[in-house]
Amino acid sequence: MHIQEEYSERHVLSLTVSNEAGILARIAGLFTARGYNIDSLTVADITPDHAISRITIVTSGPPKVIDQIIAQLDRLVPVHKVTDLTDNGPFVERELALVKVAGVGEDRIEALRLADVFRAKVVDTTIESFIFEITGTTDKIDNFIGLMRQIGLVEVGRTGVVGLIRGKEPN
Amino acid sequence: MAEKSGADILVECLIDLGVEVVFGYPGGAVLPIYDALFNHPKIRHVLVRHEQGATHMAEGYARSTGKPGVVLVTSGPGATNAVTGITDALMDSIPMVVITGQVPTQLIGTDAFQEADTIGITRHCSKHNYLVKSPAKLAGVVHEAFHIATTGRPGPVVVDIPKNVQIATAPYEKPETFEHASYRPQIKADAGAIASAVEMLAAAERPIFYTGGGVINSGPEASELLREIAALTGAPVTSTLMGLGAFPASSDQWIGMLGMHGTYEANWAMNKADLIVCVGARFDDRVTGRLDAFAPFAQKIHIDIDRSSINKTVEVDLPIVADVASALSDMIALWKDRGHKAADLTEWWARIDGWRARNSLAYPESGEEIMPQEAIAQLYRASRSAKDVIITTEVGQHQMWAAQHFGFDEPNKWLTSGGLGTMGYGFPAAIGAQVGNPDSLVVCVAGDASIQMNIQEMGTASQYRLPVKIFILNNEYMGMVRQWQELTYESRYSNSYSDSLPDFVKLAEAYGWTGIRIEGPQELEAGIAQMIDTPGPVLVDCRVAKLSNCFPMIPSGAAHTDMLLDPSQVEGIMSDEAKALV
Ligand SMILES: Cc1ncc(C[n+]2csc(CCOP(=O)(O)OP(=O)(O)O)c2C)c(N)n1
Ligand SMILES: [Mg+2]
Repeated sequence: MHIQEEYSERHVLSLTVSNEAGILARIAGLFTARGYNIDSLTVADITPDHAISRITIVTSGPPKVIDQIIAQLDRLVPVHKVTDLTDNGPFVERELALVKVAGVGEDRIEALRLADVFRAKVVDTTIESFIFEITGTTDKIDNFIGLMRQIGLVEVGRTGVVGLIRGKEPN
Repeated sequence: MAEKSGADILVECLIDLGVEVVFGYPGGAVLPIYDALFNHPKIRHVLVRHEQGATHMAEGYARSTGKPGVVLVTSGPGATNAVTGITDALMDSIPMVVITGQVPTQLIGTDAFQEADTIGITRHCSKHNYLVKSPAKLAGVVHEAFHIATTGRPGPVVVDIPKNVQIATAPYEKPETFEHASYRPQIKADAGAIASAVEMLAAAERPIFYTGGGVINSGPEASELLREIAALTGAPVTSTLMGLGAFPASSDQWIGMLGMHGTYEANWAMNKADLIVCVGARFDDRVTGRLDAFAPFAQKIHIDIDRSSINKTVEVDLPIVADVASALSDMIALWKDRGHKAADLTEWWARIDGWRARNSLAYPESGEEIMPQEAIAQLYRASRSAKDVIITTEVGQHQMWAAQHFGFDEPNKWLTSGGLGTMGYGFPAAIGAQVGNPDSLVVCVAGDASIQMNIQEMGTASQYRLPVKIFILNNEYMGMVRQWQELTYESRYSNSYSDSLPDFVKLAEAYGWTGIRIEGPQELEAGIAQMIDTPGPVLVDCRVAKLSNCFPMIPSGAAHTDMLLDPSQVEGIMSDEAKALV
């Protein structure tokens, strides 16, 4: 007997939640307990009184499982609202990465040239290295990192995705 | 305002919330609460023998009364012992509030004596949980905990209270009714969905109501409304294990339980129906059998208060997120408004009667031994004349036989662990039911193996003079395990024999109970009558045929139409794919 793999698609979910102790563990734990995937997860409070946080989760799974994930998240007591950005028309998604690249001579110049094309900023430099700051979609950052790897990638830090629906929020 | 200790605040909250009884067990981290209870005789405390017992008692109390069950246990081992019952209540949607003691806040995280991460451990087996770090927050949390446990899809809520929070003081005022910031269960159905449901029902030629525990959780009104809509439409009604009693077994429209050990007619009707109205049930794997063969011809309407139950395993055509009673009453009102009449279902009923004629619950006669099915049937006959009867069960063959051969006409009279299938549930649940229903005849139908999982609670029944009856179908086997081994592993009975059983009659006597042994068919009627007529707690060791199997049966992973009706259809081996299913 063999265990079959299922077709899966990527979704960006945006949640507003009460900013209380354990909320992140509750959400992360829901994913592990039910065997769902987390590709990335970001969280930060978004109201002046620090009462509400936005959590952005990138997950992947078969469409039925994505539906279940949304329903299960929505059922958690401290969760206010779950929006599937992927399924709700156009949305903006951004990720930020810090990318450290080492190299001398031509490599250094090529790194700067590529950074220019990707609109990455130099935020730190030594004689042998740069740290670039780049924002964009996950794909764009993946591509940038892929190119830098050929030049002399040392380290990467990524924030994970945040996203918002374009224009008016649907109800 | 004069301040009160956290422990006093807790007890006042319980009184304000109408709590009459708490099932609990003391320990270091709840001593302040026990002291507060000492001074508040209004709340009855039932001292259990093991914390798991307390949780199942609270469940039995809740399911038989409709009120939330309340549990009080100490930190560490007290809390971990409660975990099985908390999980059981989550799976069966039982309203329960579990109060656990915790080490003082300054010791949390230091591996203090009897410290356990109760909140971490119970996060995914409770509907919600709280660690209360200040006495000023306690009242709000306790009131919210009861609100969450009892509304929407009910479930267990854990409130963990560090010992210093029980002692520190704060003002207490009964909180005003409040709107929760994020938790708002949807009670009322979408009007468009109700209208579609009514039209689908009016147009159906082969409709069926598939009902579940949600009808019972929704309250007695929901059961009344189910009867009404069944009468208006003339459709057959089947139910899950959890929903038995919501619709009267004595009705002509009742076609028995469905699923793995359901009736032939219920499963075939589900298979051939053109419309399934699922009311407060959740398409559990024990019910659907093989998913790709489940109800292939039916449009499906699903009424559930929990949106995450909808489309979880079976895709439905019309989801209705709502409380069952509210949705049914809207449907009935609209049905009448639009002047719908019951369709002519003669042909559909003729087919159902054909399946019924197979008499799938029939069992072989045995002159020498008591057939376990006959023991249940006799218990049913004998208890019909008795006052109000509540049946609880343990888990195994006896549970399924009780579901098949005992008829329930009212909700809240049948208490069984459906979702988690917890051996050790039935007896404490019977104690909890008896506490909530002192005048009812409460019988726990048990197996020889299951009863030993919480048998220590006999002391609790003795202490509180609770006249519960334990009726053990003693087949000297973990019968359900043995049955699966017979069906799947060519009768290799690995570790399923109940060796070294105690002398149950002597055990009963040791606890001050009455013990009765029933050894043969000729003793059955008198033995059961004696059990019912004897005041006080009674344990019956009813010796039944050892190797009986529970039929009909849909083996796991098989379709409804591949039902096994009797042992002659059993091959004794199974494919690895089938073996791998639960
Ligand atoms: C706590 C727990 N452990 C194990 C099981 C698995 N199990 C299901 S039924 C069963 C046997 C029950 O035997 P008994 O109580 O004698 O009932 P019978 O099937 O013989 O009627 C077992 C071990 C379970 N359901 N619960
Ligand atoms: Mg047994």
